[in-house]
Amino acid sequence: MTETDTALADPAPEVAQEQAPQGHAEEAVAVQEVGGTTTGISHNKLMMWLFLGSECLLFGALISTYMFAKSRLPEGEIGPLDVFDIPFTSVSSFVLLMSSLTMVLALSAMNRGNERGFRIWITATSLLGGTFVAGQVYEFTVFYNHGLGYTTNIFGSAFYTLTGFHGVHVSIGIVMLMSLLMMNLRGSLGPDRAERVELIGLYWHFVDIVWILIFTIIYLFPQ
Amino acid sequence: MTTTSEPQQLQLTAGDQMVRPSSSLGMLARPRGDTGWRSWLFTVDHKRIGILYGAAALIFLVVGGVEALLIRLQLAAPGGRVLSEDAYNQVFTMHGVTMVFLVIMPLAAAFSNFLLPLQIGARDVAFPRLNAFSFWCFLFGGIFLNTSWMLGGAPDGGWFGYAPNSGLVFSPSHGMDFYALGLQITGIASLVSAINLIVTVLNMRTKGMSLWRMPVLSWMLLIVQFLLLFAIPVITVALFLLMFDRLFGANFFNVAAGADPLLWQHLFWIFGHPEVYILILPAFGIMSEVIPTFSRKPLFGYPFMVFSGIAIGFMGWGVWAHHMFTSGVGPISVAAFSLSTMFIAVPTGVKILNWLATMWGGRLQFTTAMLFSIGAVAMFTIGGLSGVTHAIAPADTQQTDTFYIVAHFHYVIFGGSLLGMLSGFYFWWPKAFGYKLNERWGKASFWVLMLGFNLTFGPMHILGLQGMSRRIQSYSADAGFSFWNAMATVGAFVTAIGFLIFIMNIYRSRKAYRSGLLKPVGPDPWDARALEWMTASPVPEHNFDREIVVSRQDEFWHRKWEIKDDGKVVRRARAEDVAHDGSAKGIHLPSPSYWPIILALGLPLLAYGLIFNIWISIIGGLVVLGAIYGWVLESPDDPEAHDHEEHHSDAVSGNGSGPADVHLPAVADSGADPAAKAL
Repeated sequence: MTETDTALADPAPEVAQEQAPQGHAEEAVAVQEVGGTTTGISHNKLMMWLFLGSECLLFGALISTYMFAKSRLPEGEIGPLDVFDIPFTSVSSFVLLMSSLTMVLALSAMNRGNERGFRIWITATSLLGGTFVAGQVYEFTVFYNHGLGYTTNIFGSAFYTLTGFHGVHVSIGIVMLMSLLMMNLRGSLGPDRAERVELIGLYWHFVDIVWILIFTIIYLFPQ
Repeated sequence: MTTTSEPQQLQLTAGDQMVRPSSSLGMLARPRGDTGWRSWLFTVDHKRIGILYGAAALIFLVVGGVEALLIRLQLAAPGGRVLSEDAYNQVFTMHGVTMVFLVIMPLAAAFSNFLLPLQIGARDVAFPRLNAFSFWCFLFGGIFLNTSWMLGGAPDGGWFGYAPNSGLVFSPSHGMDFYALGLQITGIASLVSAINLIVTVLNMRTKGMSLWRMPVLSWMLLIVQFLLLFAIPVITVALFLLMFDRLFGANFFNVAAGADPLLWQHLFWIFGHPEVYILILPAFGIMSEVIPTFSRKPLFGYPFMVFSGIAIGFMGWGVWAHHMFTSGVGPISVAAFSLSTMFIAVPTGVKILNWLATMWGGRLQFTTAMLFSIGAVAMFTIGGLSGVTHAIAPADTQQTDTFYIVAHFHYVIFGGSLLGMLSGFYFWWPKAFGYKLNERWGKASFWVLMLGFNLTFGPMHILGLQGMSRRIQSYSADAGFSFWNAMATVGAFVTAIGFLIFIMNIYRSRKAYRSGLLKPVGPDPWDARALEWMTASPVPEHNFDREIVVSRQDEFWHRKWEIKDDGKVVRRARAEDVAHDGSAKGIHLPSPSYWPIILALGLPLLAYGLIFNIWISIIGGLVVLGAIYGWVLESPDDPEAHDHEEHHSDAVSGNGSGPADVHLPAVADSGADPAAKAL
């Protein structure tokens, strides 16, 4: 049986080892297995990055929805300027940003094998995150007492949905931080598995970055 | 993975028994066994999950097909009385939702699950338990959607669910709640599966398998997973907003409170247009495998095929507003999206020309799989051309909401995607089950399907240009629509017969195989090109006996054939000698698990609760929490090996290019001297 094979010239197999077809010879070099996986990035870390990429679109759509909704709030209804308390939210934003710092310190401690330091900093991160969520609950209560309920108007629905989604993300993050702490106390999380701390840290920093966007776009430009 | 320096890669030497870890939580014995229903319910094997996806999708295809026949019966003659207006709305909505989310997408998932790890030479996917979870999540989401028929009425707002038409005011039944929640559940399935498969392709390619040596199918499936990764969150947000509006009284689509109906349309179509490519690209990949094999030629212009796939993936994000030309988005938007829509036809055209060039001068073998692929190219081209007419906005304003649109998207989705998938069924059936489907029945089903398909949807072009509206349950006798509608209904039933022949073929071939009339096939019945043919048929649980070292595209083909200096192709080795016979023993595989199916079971309970009674939600929530707890505490594999315990996923961090616990034997198969293994 014969075949006309024009597009692929077939060199002798020994030569072909280094020769990728169609001028992609440099790709052959790219396939080096660093650290056991093809890319050199662990499965879990790649998964987390992909998940966060997906989350970007989630918050992108939510923020767009908020902007769209706010721009269509009818005249005279209760709006951003009536309820926002910038000094208060600035403080709680600062608290959340500081939790990113403590998260870095927790990971750094774990990487250096300082498990006591890890426990301190991871607890601090959880507490700062908890403070932020508590601040959000307080803020929601104040807004509600001002007359802004979830169903009051289009701004209320969009505002509570966006910040609520973010708050849920922070809360899930706190649960994961506490799980890390518990695992470390039970002895199943040591410096040899610092990558888990790093992964939760990635998530935590992402949630913080989203808050920077929300704070800037929603609170600082309420018009 | 290196072949020398990682002793833990070689978990067991050949000759040992297949290792089955004993327990998960201590109180609950781990599922085990290779046969019986348990082996399917709790499996984490990517091939079994792929087969489950395929089987479930075929069942939903029957459901969606019956809905299609009901629509055609209603429209067969003027003033049809088969369905009431309300029932018609439900039937056409569920037909669309079923075919898009429960048939084509899971069929693509079936092929990606079954083939991706094989084509890149991997042992399994990166996260086997998450993979099982994706399947059950999809299945329960699909069942959840379909239970709406019995629980107060199915969704009735179209598969696109335009708000506020899908809001409580215009759709007071629970139908659209089922839509919002059910698609949320299947969305979770798609998202998890997308992440899993991207990690698999990027991280688990066998030695030498650079991205530019991957088969085009692997490439297309990878692109689809990226599209899913970024499109699903957008529809998730849209569905959440709709759900909050309907269940909690939010105002996102409440026009009285100032809301703009365009919000839903933008969100939906930002998801919805990439979704179109999510549906078609897997079929493009399948055709790119089938056509070279049966043309006895390599694929023409491999880099062009890959780059045009990538281009489609990118440009697919910039054309969504062509679904909204008549919604008042403004002349600048219309012009811009009109142009981008015309541009996206270019990479698609490149693909079609490449398939033609592949066949050109080839020694064509008209097997059933080849016929379906050629049919798909032809039908998709027709659908693509009518698509270009939509890109011209003034023409589109005439075509919008007419049967011309219905004709267009059936030509691309049925004629392109579904025929492509059917081609894949015939092509890879021997790989999955060890025997070929009957070719004569297959060809019969092909020709009947082609006849029925064109008879159904061809006339819809005419009907649409005559002005017949879609989504309207009746038409009057003096409208001039009667003849072509009758033809379309006849065509629909011919199509149904075509599918019946296909299903009969599966039944008869299987029976013949079981009774020994049909011979089992070897590893490579079609003389094909990609790595999945380099192992036994059906594929053994451990995929490959040895790690394969890849040194070029179409590695497997080149191990069988040699091209002499004068261009003559001569056989280098028999497929049986090159391919692995699946006899390797003692290969460490991920263990079955209860938790994926239990976790997936909790989600529809949560959803029912939101619609009917919050207590059901609480039960569902507890099931979900318990399952996550069990999942986390259960090691993905051997309970003795504590380093496999994982917090939120089932892969080991950082080491091993296999899934958490999948280890390839250290003996590499570089194929450097296949002649030595030949007779």
